[in-house]
Amino acid sequence: MTMTTPLWEVFIRPRNGLAHKHVGSLHAADEVMALQAARDVYTRRGEGNSIWVVPSAAITASDPDQAAENFEPTADKIYRHPTFYEIPDDVGHM
Amino acid sequence: MAVYDALLELADDHLILGHRLSEWCGHAPMLEEDLAMPNMGLDLIGTARTLYDHAGKLEGKGRSEDDLAYLRDEREYRNCLLVERPNEDFAHTMLRQFYFAAFMRPFWLAALNSTDVVVRGVAGKAEKEMAYHIRHAGEWVIRLGDGTEESAARMRDAVEALHIYVDELFDSSDDARIAEAAGVLPRRADLRGAWDRTVAEVFSEALLEQPRAAYAQRGGRQGIHNETLGHLLAEMQVIHRAHPGARW
Repeated sequence: MTMTTPLWEVFIRPRNGLAHKHVGSLHAADEVMALQAARDVYTRRGEGNSIWVVPSAAITASDPDQAAENFEPTADKIYRHPTFYEIPDDVGHM
Repeated sequence: MAVYDALLELADDHLILGHRLSEWCGHAPMLEEDLAMPNMGLDLIGTARTLYDHAGKLEGKGRSEDDLAYLRDEREYRNCLLVERPNEDFAHTMLRQFYFAAFMRPFWLAALNSTDVVVRGVAGKAEKEMAYHIRHAGEWVIRLGDGTEESAARMRDAVEALHIYVDELFDSSDDARIAEAAGVLPRRADLRGAWDRTVAEVFSEALLEQPRAAYAQRGGRQGIHNETLGHLLAEMQVIHRAHPGARW
């Protein structure tokens, strides 16, 4: 089955106003079946009110071998973190 | 008592088909369907529970949903024959589900106007569940029917095997007729047009032909079942009968 059935990445939006978040992946023959399978596999406990499915093949991923050059340079730049001021409650999700 | 019996027929349809779907748990061809089929089974069993509970109260002999589900024998079960048909392969299971949901969706839509408040409540929930079952099973019927040579042959076999059980869906027993006259349940015969349309739409995409039944197999409403129901009940009831009143 997995040899011929494409892999899909599943994104769920838990509530209006929030962003879709990656929750996992699954196998399905096409986009209609992928949406159904996502509904059955990932929303059984009321996790969401919207689903996206994306063919895994459509995702371009960063190279783990480049992790050091990609991510380490930010480690010593603490001034980029917005921790030096208070966010008013009214701003909501940031 | 007629309304009690009519509700029991309906509840039995849901419990038996729900149990059949649960038999796929751990055996489905892929993880996604291994979750989807028990999901659908739980929809059906949930409906059955509410209907048993309601029927038990109407009967007034203090029988609970468990008593009705676990302590009746084969001849006392009133489900239609379609729902007890064995799972066979994935094509059989999906076609059986599609046929049943294509009937129950218009049934529950009509039952939204029931004179019985519990039936109205069940209808509001079950109508959406059946819409999903039609979609899920229907998409599989299309993909298997218009799939490979092997899948198309299996789907044609399923159509051949199951079509003789379709007409019984539209029969109303004497008890059901009384419940229908009282406005508790919709008239089954009135739902044929909606069922035909749903099936025709999916079959044309699935490159399948709906055969005309040379005869219709009936008897479930009188408690006359295929031998497979006895095996199903034995498995479903054994724990409850071996340990009466057990709780966990």
